[in-house]
Amino acid sequence: MKGVIQLEDGQFFEGEASTEWTTAIEGEVVFFTGMTGYQEVLTDPSYRGQIVVFTYPLIGNYGVSAASAESKEPQVKGAVMWKCSEDDSHYMADQSLAAYMEGWNIPYLTNVDTRELTKAIRTKGTCRASMANKKKAPAPVDAAGQVYEVSRNEKQVYGDGDTHLVLVDFGLKQSILDELLAGGAKVTIVPFSDMEDIHEIDPDGVVLSNGPGDPKDVTGYLEQIKKVLDTYPSFGICYGHQVICLAYGADTKKLPFGHRGANHPVKDKKTNHVFITSQNHNYVVTPGSLESTPLEARMIHVNDGSVEGIVHPTKPIFSAQFHPEANPGPKDAVWMIEEFFALVEKKGVTAYV
Amino acid sequence: MSEKVLVIGSGPIIIGQAAEFDYSGTQGCLALKEEGFEVVLVNNNPATIMTDPAIADSVYCEPLTVESIETIIQQENPDALLSGLGGQTALNLAVDLQEAGVLHKYGVKVLGTSIDSIQQGEDREQFRQVMQETEQPVVESEVITDYEAAKAFAFHTGFPVISRPAYTLGGRGGGIAHDEAELEVLMKDGLKASPISQVILEKSIAGFKEIEYEVMRDTDGTCISVCNMENIDPVGVHTGDSIVTAPSQTLTDKEYQMLREAALEIVNSLNVIGGCNVQFALDPKSNQYYVIEVNPRVSRSSALASKATGYPIAKMAAKLALGYRLDELMNPLTGYTYASFEPTLDYVVVKFPRWPFDKFKGANRTLGTKMKATGEVMAIERTLEAAFTKAIDSLDQTLPTFDEKTAWEHIQAPTDARFFAVLDLMRNGTSLEEVYEATGFDPFFLRVFENMLTWEKRLTKDLSLETLKEAKQNGVSDAKLAGITGKPEIEWVRFRQKHGIKPSYKIVDTCAGEFEAETNYVYSTYAGTTEIEPLEAKKKALIIGAGPIRIGQGVEFDYSAVKAIESLQNQGYTTIMINNNPETVSTDYETADRLYFEPLKLENILDVAAFEQVDIVFTAFGGQTALNVTEEIENQGYTVAGVPASVIASLEDREAFYDLLQTIDVPHVPGEMCHSAEEARQAADTYQYPLLCRPSYVIGGQGMVVIHSKDELEAALEETEAKHYPLVMDQFITGEEVEVELVSNGRNVFIPGLMAHIEAAGVHSGDSMAVFPAQVETSVQEQVETYAERIATHVNYKGIMNIQFLINNDDVYVLEVNPRSSRTVPIVSKTAAVPLIDWAVKAMVDEAMELPSVKPDIPYTAVKFPVFSSHALAELDHKLGANMMSTGEGMYLGKTTEQALAKVFEHLPSPESSACFEEGQDGDFNTWLSSSEAAVYHNEEDTEEAKEKRVEALKAGITIFSNEATYQAYVQSVGDRNKERIALVQPKGNEVMI
Repeated sequence: MKGVIQLEDGQFFEGEASTEWTTAIEGEVVFFTGMTGYQEVLTDPSYRGQIVVFTYPLIGNYGVSAASAESKEPQVKGAVMWKCSEDDSHYMADQSLAAYMEGWNIPYLTNVDTRELTKAIRTKGTCRASMANKKKAPAPVDAAGQVYEVSRNEKQVYGDGDTHLVLVDFGLKQSILDELLAGGAKVTIVPFSDMEDIHEIDPDGVVLSNGPGDPKDVTGYLEQIKKVLDTYPSFGICYGHQVICLAYGADTKKLPFGHRGANHPVKDKKTNHVFITSQNHNYVVTPGSLESTPLEARMIHVNDGSVEGIVHPTKPIFSAQFHPEANPGPKDAVWMIEEFFALVEKKGVTAYV
Repeated sequence: MSEKVLVIGSGPIIIGQAAEFDYSGTQGCLALKEEGFEVVLVNNNPATIMTDPAIADSVYCEPLTVESIETIIQQENPDALLSGLGGQTALNLAVDLQEAGVLHKYGVKVLGTSIDSIQQGEDREQFRQVMQETEQPVVESEVITDYEAAKAFAFHTGFPVISRPAYTLGGRGGGIAHDEAELEVLMKDGLKASPISQVILEKSIAGFKEIEYEVMRDTDGTCISVCNMENIDPVGVHTGDSIVTAPSQTLTDKEYQMLREAALEIVNSLNVIGGCNVQFALDPKSNQYYVIEVNPRVSRSSALASKATGYPIAKMAAKLALGYRLDELMNPLTGYTYASFEPTLDYVVVKFPRWPFDKFKGANRTLGTKMKATGEVMAIERTLEAAFTKAIDSLDQTLPTFDEKTAWEHIQAPTDARFFAVLDLMRNGTSLEEVYEATGFDPFFLRVFENMLTWEKRLTKDLSLETLKEAKQNGVSDAKLAGITGKPEIEWVRFRQKHGIKPSYKIVDTCAGEFEAETNYVYSTYAGTTEIEPLEAKKKALIIGAGPIRIGQGVEFDYSAVKAIESLQNQGYTTIMINNNPETVSTDYETADRLYFEPLKLENILDVAAFEQVDIVFTAFGGQTALNVTEEIENQGYTVAGVPASVIASLEDREAFYDLLQTIDVPHVPGEMCHSAEEARQAADTYQYPLLCRPSYVIGGQGMVVIHSKDELEAALEETEAKHYPLVMDQFITGEEVEVELVSNGRNVFIPGLMAHIEAAGVHSGDSMAVFPAQVETSVQEQVETYAERIATHVNYKGIMNIQFLINNDDVYVLEVNPRSSRTVPIVSKTAAVPLIDWAVKAMVDEAMELPSVKPDIPYTAVKFPVFSSHALAELDHKLGANMMSTGEGMYLGKTTEQALAKVFEHLPSPESSACFEEGQDGDFNTWLSSSEAAVYHNEEDTEEAKEKRVEALKAGITIFSNEATYQAYVQSVGDRNKERIALVQPKGNEVMI
């Protein structure tokens, strides 16, 4: 069955549709340049509502396994690939990627020149697209508020470690929870809409999770967030990082086509060390906007100089625009999570300078 | 910072250390010069671009020994040494220089990875200690220095066990032992092969996936992984003999990251500055992995990774050695990202080894831990099916097919033909499971092969355009179509082009399209659309490369191609390179204006030519591979530079050539053209044995043999494939062999000098020692030059040509003509300091081009010597003969011929000493062989016994002499040993041309 993906500006790319679609599939279209980790991408809540283009041509080579899920279901609206494997033989695989996609009813296109599509997105900037069996222009409405779709409705408690951490859920990835548990923490997941409850829980520290879309979707909660930040040692990841910056009065803006992939070099100005990070974000903290806040940019993207992490000079707060928990991608920055644990354990002894 | 840097090259090409070090060495030297350093290069390989005077400020073709380097250090007084670009040879030498105190004595500091770190990576015991400290798992193993300990270990862990000698290259002297008897032999070989008499024995983990990472690290400790690669052959076959994909295909993200993290940790703990290769074994059924080995230098794999990703590892490694940080070096391919960015691919890469077994029918083809391939090819596509097909097409050899029984034998051994045996079995219905059980090839790859076969089968019934289009995406090449339909490849090329079934062209950009990149590195694909425009140019030239390094067609052909590109660019041409060898300088995307990384089949060449609408095609600078397609290219209406295909045919086709020689009154050895085995038998009857049998269209004298009897004739005919007819039966006349490299403009010729072989005719020119410029009698020299000029001007030849002559009692005979750039061009060009290729190109494109009439003044004599890879092919008798066996060559200069010759043998003991054994004179062979001093063995006999003894000696790492002339050269050279270290004279530009 023929399938077409068409961008806002009318450019279109033909391929094979996974099935016949009764209605067009519409969403923001983004590309992922990692060569492994397709399942992590598909299940990462930060991709909520998006159509993901995989630049590596062979997707699904090692099947799909419960161990690689970043949430309990696929989060993307659709996927575009050159090839989607119908087989699996990896010892960890439960099923093939094609079977998984069909099982969850996730529409996908194959036999698409994903390189050309990627270049179109790069040139145009992130935009809306529609996938259909025939050419169809996407509706001119921007999606908003995806964060409300993916955050949990109620609190959940995991683990029984001595350090008690709250993980604020903006659409968190399983790997963040896994890393915190592996570090020996007891973790209480709190939906971002219930931030006020954190003071009751009175944890040793707070981690603000990743999440989809525009951080300004949670503008209404910034005051509560700031109160939490002022009270507890805090660490923000991706969306969580952006929210911290917004809470202290900085601004965010949309990147032309985002940072997505497993190969982004970031420099830590504190150590002058460069490491490779896993990234997935459309929005970024406007660099100049930090000047009016107490926050300092600590991490910088080597390629475009964008803000990749901040630190509060007097409070135990820092953050990463990238994903130190990896999955997919390299774990070169996992030390930041360790650093956070160290910070939390020092609480009340000395201030973080 | 230092001002003068001494760079050590890797020496002559041998199995395990090939053209990849020309690529990395050249890149490294250029990077140093770019940073303002003066580069002094020591490398005795004359065939490379690296030893071209343009690459370094001073080039020494001198022995790679501590003594020799010390003298050069005294002469040149360098500030620093860079040894990480010259393979294992340079690294070992750096360690020796350090240990001998030379570096300290002259205050030469080591750039890049420190000697201590090198030793930690290379010395098995130190390496294991580092692994323990960093908690990286290594396979249960033990460092062994004697057989008893080896036996104890094997009984403790159980067979099979693998042996890896310390400080050796390409796994020399290593192997697998399945029982005690095998272990004993393996230990004997291994301890001898290791310069420190140390091997590591380890438990076999055959069947694990073999995964490699190429890592870069700077002085700040920033580490990136440039590329990872997955071997299709599981652990057990040397990575150089494995079929490899990039990136890994069957690893989950967690596995990929787990190994990447381990690689970075290891490279960090070793404090590597520059490039480093880390090899892992990964259990296909769990996340258990082992570190197999670490190479703290650029390597064959790093050359492959550079070409696979577009990230120039050697160039960056050289800059990191100078103290640069990864985040301050630009990625030259994007010009936007920095060198600290990890490349990401949006295509797949397949590397396939090229083995020498088509030339060595008697060799042991079983693959193991010792590398046997002489070279490799690489293919880029967007489907694995098509990438495999491209790789196979690039091998430039007849593909084997097997009956079921033989196929299983190749699989069980396993041999170099395992891949083709697998295809044959699957084609005939053997199940995927059965093949998986026998090979350990991941089912993922087997399904790719299955798909290739499905398409092959479908086309036997359906050749519709629709099916054809889809078949191209799934790896059906025109050559394959020819096989299926019986219609020649060229007709399929025409058919496709007529019906608009054309490949698309995409670029390699290191970033999967994320950033805009103006790159000139192109591959073809049927999966997607074309993203480039044909180059805009006034004059567009396509240069066809030589493909993989093999015996008879080595790195010297790459030298020619690269120099031709340089010359064309200087003359205002826009240059396009097409080639498939990832090890070479010609496939560095910085060499030509555009690089097409493609097979050298008619399909690929003609598609590129059609897409680019090239003005002129050069087939003279890619060895026999390129020359062989001249006619078809011309038939498609393209202009081929130099002379028309008909002229080439008149020089290559023996029958026509002998007619031509008769017309112009140039004598040739009596001989007859035979179009069938029957004709060969008849011809043989009319001559007296011995005869020399030469098949047509072969490389490096393949199948060429001296025949002494009817039985030998029958044996030779048995071996001759149909495509190698007609063959020539020449009367075998012995005498001195002389050759010339000449440039002709059609009116007159330029001959820089004569090259004379040390060995008499009958030894392949590639395996002979040779002297240039040769001192021969004036009358002979005049005769040779007259004949050469007569041949070249008679056919109005334009370009470069090699002619081989036989001198028999003052009579001069022409043996053969190679109407293309030949093996000895770089030697002659460098020694005489004349830009032969440049002049050849000018003669080819410029009617009015005048050649200098003055002979160059050459201030020294060069001796070229062959180098054999007997460490890898020790079971072969290396007696010199008509079939070329050497994998590389070296060159030394001397103030006199004798002084140059002496350098060739200076590493050998005196022929008088008991280390040397002369058969028939020196007592019991076996007693001598088992003595620790045994070093040189001389035996020229043709008997089975002599053959066996030579092989025994070779296996023990002994230098053998099988030819009287070579042996005498050695004996007589002892008195001329000297410490002269001479730099090549830099060419004086074009001033002789006026």
